[in-house]
Amino acid sequence: MAVQITTAEAVKKIVDQSSVMIGGFLGAAVPLKMIDEIAAAGVKDLTVISIGAGYRGGGVDVGKLVVNHQIIKYVTSHVGTDPNLIKQIVGEEVELELSPMGTFVERVRAGGAGLGAVVTPVGMGTEVEAMAQKITVDGKPYLLFKPIRADVAVIKAYRADPLGNLQYQGMSNTNPIMATAADIVIAEVDEIVEIGEIACEQIGTPGIFVDYIVKGHSYEARKVIYEEMWIATNKL
Amino acid sequence: MPKNYIARRIAKEFKDGMYVNLGIGIPTESANYIPEGTRVFLQTENGGLMFGPKPKRGESNPDIANAGAEPITMLPGGAVFDVATSFAMIRGGHIDMTVVGALEVDEAGNIASWKIPGKLLTGMGGAMDLLYGCKRVIVAMTHTDKHGNPKIRKKCTLPLTAAGVVDMIITDKAVFRVDKDGLYLEELAPGVTAAEIEQLTEGTILNIIEWEHIEIT
Repeated sequence: MAVQITTAEAVKKIVDQSSVMIGGFLGAAVPLKMIDEIAAAGVKDLTVISIGAGYRGGGVDVGKLVVNHQIIKYVTSHVGTDPNLIKQIVGEEVELELSPMGTFVERVRAGGAGLGAVVTPVGMGTEVEAMAQKITVDGKPYLLFKPIRADVAVIKAYRADPLGNLQYQGMSNTNPIMATAADIVIAEVDEIVEIGEIACEQIGTPGIFVDYIVKGHSYEARKVIYEEMWIATNKL
Repeated sequence: MPKNYIARRIAKEFKDGMYVNLGIGIPTESANYIPEGTRVFLQTENGGLMFGPKPKRGESNPDIANAGAEPITMLPGGAVFDVATSFAMIRGGHIDMTVVGALEVDEAGNIASWKIPGKLLTGMGGAMDLLYGCKRVIVAMTHTDKHGNPKIRKKCTLPLTAAGVVDMIITDKAVFRVDKDGLYLEELAPGVTAAEIEQLTEGTILNIIEWEHIEIT
């Protein structure tokens, strides 16, 4: 069962050298308040695991931890949107571990689902072959990747109930997968509602996976934050 | 050259009922030219199927975005899902067609689009999965780079994104079919000659001799 705490209390679960999964997709559906808390806490030498760097230009999403120099290793599929992060990777301040996006997602899923590896044909005939072990199944060559887990996963959902059941709206992207793959799972939500208000078929992540619920920005406040970001970059 | 020629030409490849994933830039632009009466289901790898145009200001949803985290809308009947489901569609062979940009393509259907050693570091994102899993792969790009060098090579010089996957190349000057044995010239853009294409293409064009005898209009 999940416990409701403040973002200030939740951020204490992350310490220097923690590995931290951050849900979302290039800045969309990310836990905005918790990322601000991690940046303010100043914890360092973090291994950050997320599907891609933040919104174009940097400084958003994991980009906040980049400008603060809090990351020592970044596990992902894409860094092209964040020039600050690219600079730190080229300067060898941040170690980069890449895998193709679909493989990255399955590695996290495998980490949460108790599987021993991901076996995929994607990346054969490319440099990715050097990042994995080659195996043959029924005469066909595949690449074997290890699962990914983290000390803490910080994810974003729309609503939670006190049992930790989570409801998503829009694209849930990496959030329900990361919810399964860390020792401590912190879910930031727009709203916390009574038990029963989220109907069973609306539950995207059952509370069994969630340890802590924190209240993030309201939906309306998030809408303003995203519209401002999109208008400033000529996308709306 | 007509405005948005490449995007307009890509749009001719859309067939009714197709599930399609479009890369950023010109491929995404081609959705503006989907022929009337042709129903195409657009997929976005961050977890959406059947998305529509960008919303009006004040009507966006912070969690409805494309793979570049830019605002989009979902059409009636559209679906949203997590990224594992999305890549089951992509890797699992459920997407009929993808259209992507490239730095280089070669006559064996290899494509390089994600890395220039010492110069460009982005990560491959979903490109390798899309190129592997989609049933048909179309590369849309300018025929030459900004220095005028051919981008259709005998053999790619840059790190590959996928090997032997490209089915068609659409450039601002020509359209090629990439077959098992190599490159076939299929169309010329208005005002372009076969001789010019041969000069601007490093890969061998297997049917160029036939083209020498065709009057191009």
